[in-house]
Parts: sequence; structure tokens; C-alpha cells
Amino acid sequence: MVTWEKFYVSIFELAKKYIGGRGLGTKLYMDEVDPQVDPFAAENKIVFINGPLSGTATPTGGRYMVVTKSPLTGCIASSNSGGEWGAYLKYAGYDAIIVEGKASLPVYLNIDEEKAEILPALDLWGKYTSETSDLLIEKHPGAKVLTIGPAGEKLSQMAAIMNEKDRAAGRSGVGAVMGSKNLKAITVKGNLRPEIARPDGLKAVTKECRTLLKENGVTGGGLPTYGTAVLVNIINEHGVYPTKNFQGGQDPDAEAVSGETLTEKYLIKRNPCHHCPIGCGRWVKSDKSPDGIGGPEYETLWVFAGDLGIDDMEVVIDANYWCNELGIDTISAGATLAAAMELYQRGYITDEMLDDEVILKFGNADSVVHWLKKMGNREGFGDLLARGSYRLADFFGVPEYSMSVKKQDLPAYDPRGIQGMGLQYATSNRGGCHVRGYLISPEILGLPEKLDRFDLAGKEVWAKVFQDLTAVIDSTGLCLFTSFALGAKEYADMLNETLGTDWTAEDVLLAGERIWNLEKLFNLEAGISSEEDTLPPRFLEEEMPDGPTKGWVHKLDELLPLYYKERGWDEDGIPTEERLEKLGLL
Amino acid sequence: MAIKIKLFANFREGRGKIVEMDYTPGMTGQDVIDSLGITAPEIAALIVDGVDGKVDAMLAVPVKEDGYMAIFPPVAGG
Repeated sequence: MVTWEKFYVSIFELAKKYIGGRGLGTKLYMDEVDPQVDPFAAENKIVFINGPLSGTATPTGGRYMVVTKSPLTGCIASSNSGGEWGAYLKYAGYDAIIVEGKASLPVYLNIDEEKAEILPALDLWGKYTSETSDLLIEKHPGAKVLTIGPAGEKLSQMAAIMNEKDRAAGRSGVGAVMGSKNLKAITVKGNLRPEIARPDGLKAVTKECRTLLKENGVTGGGLPTYGTAVLVNIINEHGVYPTKNFQGGQDPDAEAVSGETLTEKYLIKRNPCHHCPIGCGRWVKSDKSPDGIGGPEYETLWVFAGDLGIDDMEVVIDANYWCNELGIDTISAGATLAAAMELYQRGYITDEMLDDEVILKFGNADSVVHWLKKMGNREGFGDLLARGSYRLADFFGVPEYSMSVKKQDLPAYDPRGIQGMGLQYATSNRGGCHVRGYLISPEILGLPEKLDRFDLAGKEVWAKVFQDLTAVIDSTGLCLFTSFALGAKEYADMLNETLGTDWTAEDVLLAGERIWNLEKLFNLEAGISSEEDTLPPRFLEEEMPDGPTKGWVHKLDELLPLYYKERGWDEDGIPTEERLEKLGLL
Repeated sequence: MAIKIKLFANFREGRGKIVEMDYTPGMTGQDVIDSLGITAPEIAALIVDGVDGKVDAMLAVPVKEDGYMAIFPPVAGG
């Protein structure tokens, strides 16, 4: 039994506290769902929500957020995606969709400015994401399509939600929650435009922000020219580019998968998201299509190259393609293969377990796509791989070989040489993640200023500020990359002209802190204690064996108490009543 | 003896990936970038013989014989 209910509620008062996107989505979700819910139960809900700036002319204003309980981590999941879909949800006349219950047969939602309908999707079930998108666009010309692939249908804990074929709300297994509801896709279309409180003011501040982005060396230079892949060399040169499941920190052959190589040999054109003046997305050569396909990001390049001991750009482009088709998160998929290869190296996984199929061994390029397909379709040993590296390693009784935090696989930066980033990994509310507070900026890239990456002094302050500001940006509907050129004041200005509010930079940062604490409260109520604010033992006990980070471990035990204090939490990492009252959360 | 300069992103334009430069006693990172026609404000990150730090400070560090430098313009991602 499926039903569709359209209702209008005033969320403006809530938006004053939680902005939109990640913040408002989390608030709406928490008001309706018991944190102890089974992520795959019909009682769980999934929220698709954009921010106040999605669909406006603001730079990058087109992103949406998916909020639910993660089947990978058990934590709050808020997974973000670009492309066009978020803006078109707004153009159809909606700020958010909340999906609850479970359809008895596969369905999809079709939404435009005149109607919203639940339609059968039996003919789409089992299909890859690009074919699903093509079939739905044929049925609904002009629509933007969000869909899951086979991995989401089969409830893989690393299943992503794809839109425009190559954009992903990738992390935390949100695609599997869609799959658990038999919801294959959501199409959106429309020509409505959001009401703007002060149109002339928004025009002026938008122009100002676009100028700042254009004149900035990163957003106006490095990212448009080379994409996020430009990070391969700089991270590698600092000796924090994880190799072979984080067993090392420097790869002598990383140049083969660098942004410079991608640009020189494979780039066809830039592939920007909605209203984005940066255009870091890549469109690259591939044997999958004569016109090219969506290209890999930095994290994807690293995970299918350095982390697997393979340095072949074409393997990475292929792996990225298959992850998109299957609807799986590239980071978790690659990291799980890396963990499997280390388990093979150490004798836990044997040839017999793999049924004499392609051996999961570091450096074996043939194994990548072979096992990605098995993983996405949950076939044979791939069924175990589809659960992510933590559950895989735990199956063999050695969870320490999973490079994850709160069961979510870590991204492309070894925390032993980036002390602030390691703190941020450990305390991230959605588990191992780089986009909850990107301390790589000051610790490696020298932005906005260069910090000593090994020094602990003040890192708890930087972590809190970056986490809070990120929560703000994730709630606006804009891209995090704007923060290389813009600050809290610019975000407040854009929100004020759009909503008619009068927030200061301090007000929006306070909202960010409120959102961070709200997420923490969810996790605590879901049974995720602060004991899980930690790192895999490798980073705490094993010295980095090579490169410029040689000899270092992460000093989490020194940083964590300082961080809790900076947050106004008690020594067990629980928000105090005093701080919650200040944030309006009591 | 020579030192090796590794260049990245747009710093490679017209210079190549790696430049080898004759070592002279007392030379600093500043001397190296002067020779390459790169100015300090254009640099976002700098590594000298495996050590990184604030650009201005690193430019004052004497370069080692047979050593290397890695020079980066503003780049980012995630």
C-alpha cells in the first residue's frame, strides 16, 4: 500500500534555527523517527531536502541532501549531491520530500509542478543507473532523475543514490534505505522559481561572491583546470597518501593517476553542476562511450590506485563507471577491496574462498571491476564485500584491518601526518569522512593559512570551527568548495537576501554548532557512544613506515579531551545541558 | 651537484615536471624560485627535503646538496 500526501507546513521558524538541507533535514527527521529504528524497517524515513539557496542564482546553488539513519554506521546519515536534481526539485515547487513506509512492489515517484504520483517500477528494478535514467527521461521528457542501482535494491550498506547518472549522494549507504522501501527512483521537473525576499540584494551579493570565486587561486584556477584530482600529487608529496590499505603513506607512481595526467591525457571537457562557476567535474575519454563519461574525483582516484597498489588511470576510470552504474560509493567500495587485499596478504582470505576467481591481491588490476560487479550484485564472495570493510574484517575476527571510523571507510588522507584531520575523522558524526571539516586545507594546502600538520596546538579549535561552518554550508544548498573563497559572512549575506533574515556571521556559525550538536544527540540516542570517537589502531600504534610522515602516529588521546572541552561537552563526550540550552536544543 | 625541483599543476607550464638546478653553497628556496620566475605569493605549499611549513619560512631554508623541493600553486579538492 503506497500513498502520497502533499502538505504545506511553515518551516520558516525551524529554518531560522536549522537553515535547511542537512540541518533542517536532520531536525525534521528526528522529530518523526525513533533513533533506535532499524534503518531498513518501514518505520524508518528518508528525507530528500534542498537548502534555501538551491535553485537560486547563487553560485553552486543546486545541491540537495539525503537524511536518514545509516545502515552502514547506525549514525545519522546526511549525504550530499550536486548535479541538477536539487534545483529541479525546487523548480517543481518543493523544498523537501519525506518518504516513509514501504511499497509492496517496486515504485518510483514522479513529481512536477502540477502533480506528484507514485508509479510502478517493476520494469526498472534490476537495471543499472544509466539505463534507468534513460528510460525515465523517455517517459518524462525534461525530468531530472535520481535513482539507485542494483546495490541499493540488494541493500548493500555502501549503496549510493545517483542523479544525472554520474552525481552521487554516495556515503553512508543511503541508497540501501531507498531500496528497503522498494523505491527505485524519483523524477522531478518544473519551471517554478523560489521566492526571493530581496531580489536586488541577492543579485548584488551573488555578483560579489562570483567575483571572489573567480579571483581565488583554487576556485578560479586549480579546481577548474585540474579538478579535484589535482590533490593526488600534493597529498602524496606530503607522505599522507595512503597506500595498500594505509600500510604506507607515499606512492612513487602516483603521477600516473594525478590531476595533471588526467588533464593532459583524458580530459574532454569540464562537467559543472547547476549554476557552478567552478566546474571541477570532469568529462573524460572512455571505451564505454565515444562521447566520454563522467570522470573520477580525487578520492576515487586514490582508492582504486594507491590504496590498491595499482597505478592505472584506465582502471580507475572503469571502476568509477561501474560504481556509478551499480550505485555504490566509490570510497567504501575501493576501501573494502583494499581491506580484502590486506586480508588476503595476511592469509585470512584464501584462494578457495574466492572460488578460484580473480585473486584479490594488491596490484592485481584485473580484480577491480570483476569484484565491483560481484559486490554491487551481491554474488558469491561479493555478498560479503557489499557490507563494507568493517563487516568484512570483523567476519574474519580482525576488525582492526578495516580503515574506518564508526564503520564508515576513511577517505584519502592518512591521519598520522595530519593531526587535526585525524581528530575530525574520529569525531565526525557520520563516521569516517573528509567533508565534515576539511582540515586538509590549513594543514596541507596552506588555506586560509598554513598550520604545522604535526603540531597539536589549537587543532581542537580549528576542528570545531571547520565542522560548524561545514554544517552551515551543507544546509544552504551550496557546494563546500565555495568555502575556499567565501566565509561565514558571505553565506549569511546570501541567506539574508533570499530569506529576508538579518543573520550575522556569528549567527550562522551558531546554527552550524546547533546542527552539529543535534546530530550528536541523534547518535547518542541511537546507541553510538563517544567510545566510538576513535581511529583504527593502526594510526594510534603503528608508526608511518615511509616518506615525509615516517615515524608518526596519531595522538588522539591528547586531542580528544581538548576537543570535548572546546565543544562544551563533558569528559565523556556528551553535550552538557548548559551548552544545549545556549544552542536552543533543550 | 644538482638539486631537483618538482613542479605541479600550472607551475609546469613552460617549465616541465622536474627542473634540475646546479647547487651553490648557501642557496635558499628563494634563490630557486627567483631562478624559475615564480614569486612567493603564487605559492600555496612548499616542501624542502621532505619538510613542509609556512611558505615564507621555507623559502629562507638553505637547500641541501642533492636535495629537492616540491612547489605547489593554490590547489584543493576533496
